Formats: sequence, structure tokens, C-alpha cells
Amino acid sequence: MPAEIYLNVAISGLLTGLVYGLMALGLSVIFGVVRVVNFAHGEMMTIAMYLAVALFASFKLDPLLMLLPIAGVLFLLGYAMQNWLITPFINRPEHAQFMLLIAVAIIMVNGLLIVFGPDAQNVQTSYSFDSFAIGPLIIDATKVYAGLAAIVVAAALFAFFKFSLTGKAIRACADNYTGALVVGLDVRRLYALTFGLGAACVGAAGAILVLIIDVTPPLGPAFTLLAFIIVIVGGLGSMPGALLGGVLIGVTEALAGLLFTPSAKSMFAFAILVLVLLFRPEGIMGKRAS
Amino acid sequence: MLKVEDLDVFYGDARALDGVSLDVPEGAIVAIVGANGAGKTSLIRTIAGMHKPARGRIALRGADIAGLPSFKVCNLGIGQVAEGRLVFPTLTVSENLEMGAMLPRARALQKQNMDRVLAMFPVLAERSGQAAGTLSGGEQQMLAIGRCLMGNPELVMFDEPSLGLAPAVVQAVLQTIRDLNRDGLTCVLVEQNVAVSLKLASRAYVLENGRITLSGSGAELLADDRVRKAYLGL
Repeated sequence: MPAEIYLNVAISGLLTGLVYGLMALGLSVIFGVVRVVNFAHGEMMTIAMYLAVALFASFKLDPLLMLLPIAGVLFLLGYAMQNWLITPFINRPEHAQFMLLIAVAIIMVNGLLIVFGPDAQNVQTSYSFDSFAIGPLIIDATKVYAGLAAIVVAAALFAFFKFSLTGKAIRACADNYTGALVVGLDVRRLYALTFGLGAACVGAAGAILVLIIDVTPPLGPAFTLLAFIIVIVGGLGSMPGALLGGVLIGVTEALAGLLFTPSAKSMFAFAILVLVLLFRPEGIMGKRAS
Repeated sequence: MLKVEDLDVFYGDARALDGVSLDVPEGAIVAIVGANGAGKTSLIRTIAGMHKPARGRIALRGADIAGLPSFKVCNLGIGQVAEGRLVFPTLTVSENLEMGAMLPRARALQKQNMDRVLAMFPVLAERSGQAAGTLSGGEQQMLAIGRCLMGNPELVMFDEPSLGLAPAVVQAVLQTIRDLNRDGLTCVLVEQNVAVSLKLASRAYVLENGRITLSGSGAELLADDRVRKAYLGL
């Protein structure tokens, strides 16, 4: 095989990986602040994907233009979940939170099955088959837009946490929970905002990803697992780590599909997880517990 | 200003406070003295809204505030400088101070309070861009006090403000509390350094096993035989 093919596939994997990274960023933000693992993460992404599919089928609205409204809907869903469902469980043992979120995930998968049926659905935009040719490289235009959109959303989130007062207050809660209560931060509201932001991330990722892959309800659990792998590989609680982990897994899956068979791609993602756990258990960009 | 009546607090089945009553007059320094585990921090955190009392009344200027969440209590003007300082280690010094001013009562006064805090603790201005976790213990204590003052409180509860600090820094911190009180701030002081806190205080309470066993003016307690034996080693 000529070398360009490897490069083409790697770039394609990198662009898809950025979207994976955005999805995992949502999980990482929620865990980093609220200390709850969102086991319904992939399922929430499929809800966003079906929203994008429905909006496109009914009104011919491009998923990339619908990215913000869809992220907004998922924000509200996440805010409501944290405020009314998870907050009462926040001081309960972890397995109780686990069962709660697994229950939510099962309800979401089956709700989508009832509404949309089990068949794969997708979105065919006018630019579905466009591509950019740079020298010998041919890059799928859809994936370029997808990767760029993921970078823009992630950058907006980073800026929010770095510069806005509310973003700083959320970081303060993650830094020292009791300290946040002592200075009079409304921790319950900030937690709900954080869960909403994490859900908005995964909503944006879903709106983008629908351009690249077909959606079926069982995709949800698979992507919850993928988001979890990415976050562990990148480093729990590290926001740049989630993006980097997404890119790493995206490129690995793409190359594994080329060199072996596409059905073996998850095996390689797991192999990376095992290697990271063996040699750098805190994740690539995670901080070692002191 | 603040009146606590008959307060009971439990952690699970364990009783932390048993019928505690105390009175904090406006403009006073009230000291609370007691051994480790006597319930001093529980008392402060219950007043601050971080624990719900099982029974009793906490009245601020006559209005019952028991059971309100902490962000509402803070917004009524009750600040806290917590034991162990509890600064936000990855946030910068100036971001830590901003967090203190997130309360609705303090937002409009942020600039003015920031100038006041930086004038009081010039070292915080020097280190404004530095992560709070890199400060020394004494600097973190100044940051914790500054952060609390950013919330524009009328009453501040200091929980072990001198714990783990070098003697010279202890003097500076206690002097700061005296100065703040002179400027009109009402203070509740929990201090392991019993002799000093009784000298500062106009009124003092001894807390033992969750109960108030003695109260009086600072001078009275300093002269009390039981206090001298148990807490001053005389």
C-alpha cells in the first residue's frame, strides 16, 4: 500500500478523534467536579444524534448549524438530571449512583428504540461526498468540518473555565468542596451547571458525529464505554487529556481498521487502555495522586 | 447580634452538640474554648449552615437562620475563616479573592473590598497571579481571611486561625483580628491558644463534650481555677 493511504487514514482518524475527545471532555468535566461518573453519557449522545437526525429529516436543518440548539437542549437535560435526580444520591455510596445512572441509560436506550426503531439512521448533507485534495492527500470535507467544530466547542469550554466568574467558581468547587461552602458558593447550583455543561459537550459531539457515523440506539452503551476509555487514557479530570485521549483512540481505531479489520478496532482501543494502566495509571496528562 | 439557643447537632447517632446556647453581641469578640473534639468546629459549621441542627434556634438580629443553606447564611453577613484555611489551591490568589466576592451582597463592593484586603495584606498583591497552593501557611491564612472579607461580612467566625503557623505569624494574625474588630467587625474566635483568646475576648464560653460548661467575660474565665487547670496548665 502506498504511504499516503496510511496518512489519509490517520488524518481521518485524528479528525474523528477530536469529536470523540469532545464527547469524553463532557464526561471528564462532570467527573472532575461533581465526582459522579455519568454512566448514561453515550446514551445522552445518541439522544443528541437523534435530535439532529429528526431536525434534518423534518426541516433540512444542517446538524452543524443545529449544534448550539442541540447542545442547549442537552444542557437543560443535564442540569435537570443533576438537580433533581443525582443530588439526592450525592452522599450515597458509589454503587447506588452507578445503579441510578445505569437505570437512566437503560430508559434512554429503550425510549429511543420505541420512538425511532432499531434501524440505523443518518444524515446526507450536500457536502457528504466533498473532499479536499492537498498534494497526494485526500481529506473528507465532512470530517474537516467535524474536527473544526469540535475544536471550537472545546476551546469555548476552556475559555469559560479559565475566564468567567462562574467557570472559576466551578473550578473552586472541584478544588476544595468544603472551602466552596465556607465562602458561600451555591454548590448545588454549580454542580447542576457543571453536569449541564458536560451534557452540552456530549450534545455538541452528537450533533457533529451524526455526520460521520450512522446512529442506532445501542450505540449509546458502546460510546459510554469509549468515553470512559478515553478519559482514563487521557487522565481523569484533565480537560486537555480528554481531547488528547480522543485523538489517540481515534487514530488508533482508524489505523487498526486499515491494517487489520474494522471490527477489530475496539480491541486496539482496549489495548491502549491496558498499556496506559500498566505504565502510567494516572493517564497521559493526569496528575499522580500524592 | 447572633443568638444561639438550645442547639442539638448529630452526626448519624453521635451527638456533637448538646443544648448549646450562646450570645454574640454586636462589635464583640467572643471566644469559644475547648479541647479537641469538644464540638467547636461543629458549632461554627452549624451556624454557617453547613450542618442542619436537630433542634434549637440560631437567630441573626432576631431572624431564625437555622437550617438555611450556607450560601444564604454567608449572604446575610456571617463569614467564616475555616480551620485548615481551605483556600482553592489551583486557583490564583486573585481568583481566590474573587470567589469570596461571589455573594450577591458583596458583588457591587468587590473593587473597594479588594483594595482594602490588599492594603491589609500587601503580600497578597505581590502574589496575585500565583496559585494559592504555592503560598506558605501564613500567606494562605492571610488569603483565607482576605477571601472572607471580600464577602463583606458583619460577623466573622475564625476557626483556629493560628494553627500550624510560626509564632511571629500567629502574632500578626491575632493583631489583624484585633484591628478588624476595632473597625467594627463582630468576631467569634475559636483558638487553641486559650490564654491569648481569653485576653482578646469580651465574652467567652467553655465547650466540653458538646456542652457549654462555663461562660463569662474573658477576664473572669482567665481567673477561673477550672480554666487555669484544664486549659492553661497552671
